[in-house]
Amino acid sequence: MSFYEVVSSYKDFDFDGFLSDVNEERVRGILSKDKLEAKDFLALLSPAAQSHLEQMAEKARRLSLNHFGKAVLLYAPIYISNYCINRCAYCGFNHDNGISRKQLSMEEIGKEARELSKTGIRHVLLLTGESRKHSPADYITEAAGVLRKHFDSVTIEVSPLTLEEYVKASKSGIDGVTIYQETYDEQVYDEVHISGPKKDYRFRLDTPERACRANMRSVNVGALLGLSDNWRREAFMTGMHANYLQDKYASTEVSVSFPRIRPHAGVFERVSGVSDIQLVQAVLAMRLFMPHVSQNISTRENADFRDNLIPLGINKFSAGSCTEVGGYSGEPATEAQFEISDGRSVEEVCEAILAKGYQPLFKNWMSI
Amino acid sequence: MGKLRIGGVELDSRLFIGTGKYPSKDTLPRVIESSATQVVTIALRRVDSSRQENNILSYIPKETILLPNTSGARNADEAVRIARLARAMGCGDWVKIEVISDNKYLLPDNEETLRATDILANEGFKVFPYMNPDLMSAKKLVDAGAAAVMPLGAPIGTNRGLRMKELIGIIIEEIKQPVIVDAGIGAPSHAAEAMEMGADAVLVNTAIATSDDPVKMAQAFSLAVKAGRYAYNARLGARAEVASASSPLTGFLHEGAY
Repeated sequence: MSFYEVVSSYKDFDFDGFLSDVNEERVRGILSKDKLEAKDFLALLSPAAQSHLEQMAEKARRLSLNHFGKAVLLYAPIYISNYCINRCAYCGFNHDNGISRKQLSMEEIGKEARELSKTGIRHVLLLTGESRKHSPADYITEAAGVLRKHFDSVTIEVSPLTLEEYVKASKSGIDGVTIYQETYDEQVYDEVHISGPKKDYRFRLDTPERACRANMRSVNVGALLGLSDNWRREAFMTGMHANYLQDKYASTEVSVSFPRIRPHAGVFERVSGVSDIQLVQAVLAMRLFMPHVSQNISTRENADFRDNLIPLGINKFSAGSCTEVGGYSGEPATEAQFEISDGRSVEEVCEAILAKGYQPLFKNWMSI
Repeated sequence: MGKLRIGGVELDSRLFIGTGKYPSKDTLPRVIESSATQVVTIALRRVDSSRQENNILSYIPKETILLPNTSGARNADEAVRIARLARAMGCGDWVKIEVISDNKYLLPDNEETLRATDILANEGFKVFPYMNPDLMSAKKLVDAGAAAVMPLGAPIGTNRGLRMKELIGIIIEEIKQPVIVDAGIGAPSHAAEAMEMGADAVLVNTAIATSDDPVKMAQAFSLAVKAGRYAYNARLGARAEVASASSPLTGFLHEGAY
């Protein structure tokens, strides 16, 4: 059994018909339930549910308080290489984009880590473009070893690895994997991934499961909202993916993200805008469907919007982020993967979280 | 109220509190004071010693007993490693074993908990295992050297109260070591109910930390725990399900003809 079978089971499902049939009475009924089924989750992503956002928010707030308390975990990304052999229509690292490329040496990674750790950050997410030549699994594992000297938790967002590579990564102290499917729509996936290994939909789809099998502590899934023209379907499949993994790998902490496309180098003109209201609806529906699942929001979103999402079920925040290779050491030689909307320092983010009546948390795990 | 003898010490307070989920660390000293607690549990995985202001340990009064917990452990081996780290970091010999291999319901794994308890008790730790309320497991934990047992009242973070009341009652009846009801206690009345039943102590976190006024709520729990303990000591009168005036079944014995 692979999640692909779940995706396939929805191939002929009439999403638009189902969503337009949902009425307010059904939404009210779902809001009074303790445990939501898949179809309830989908119904909460319907246009009819949009007029119940306040009630959804109230329930999401209560569930989030029970499970995560008044605390938001902070982390920061650290980009160590932007060489990439993929041609993805929506990504700044696209092979064809004439941006300057860089791969950090272990010494440079140490320098980045020292700078970043001065901000108080204890959890880092290591990122690379996809290149077996410039960022092979061994390079990533070695880099993680350098980062572990400065941080308590090192997770990775790199190209899909094999099971054996994830096992090796897990044993070396990498405790989590973030891998976004970008879009669960197989046809759109094929269109936007013009060439390169990332074109393999199925290999990417099974990646979070390989990470779970390799005993990673946390696995983060998501879709890049705006790639396909149906955000409701994307949010639903993201939730189904998280649910599939959590059912099958109970000891893994599964989390989800709903990133929206940001401006980047290169031009992708087919973006289907997802409004703030729609993004909030996705976050709330997800919280009600899977109350224990962590949800994070990155600096793709602006400061004010992020702060307002805290009580609604977001319990992980990136802060003080730099999406350029070598950016923390002060001499960014490359373009960013995407433009950041929330440029506040870690300290400023902490102040904002406290002002919301929540506690910024720097550490939630350590190497044992 | 009678002192609680546990882990080699005598305590006046029967309320243990958790330190997670608070709106700020600054709240913690005031909560500890208003709750009059003497034991606080801390998740070792969240102890950030890189900066004084981020280190939860610097917000806990010196005289408070630390009960580091192994939250985040998925099996006995991880719990054992976390416990040893806690001791090495100067958190003392008390440890609450929390082994959770199920992220869906966050229920403890009694089998792995027993394995960790066995190892750590042999290393001289005072072991406080968090457990599903199962009598056989509780007996085995005590045999393995647990200083107390900590059955859950309801799944963690649910605030649902003593959903496991019958099973906890049996454990209280049968286990000679202290029984601390942990998890699920969502209101002072739940804490009082556990104490009335004869629980030796309760551990509360979510209900205090996520209330609008944690300092006041901590005080409310403190009073409820005391009230429940007084009631237990005073032996509650038996309660009948329905009012009954006389003896409908045996009354005939007194009707004169015999």
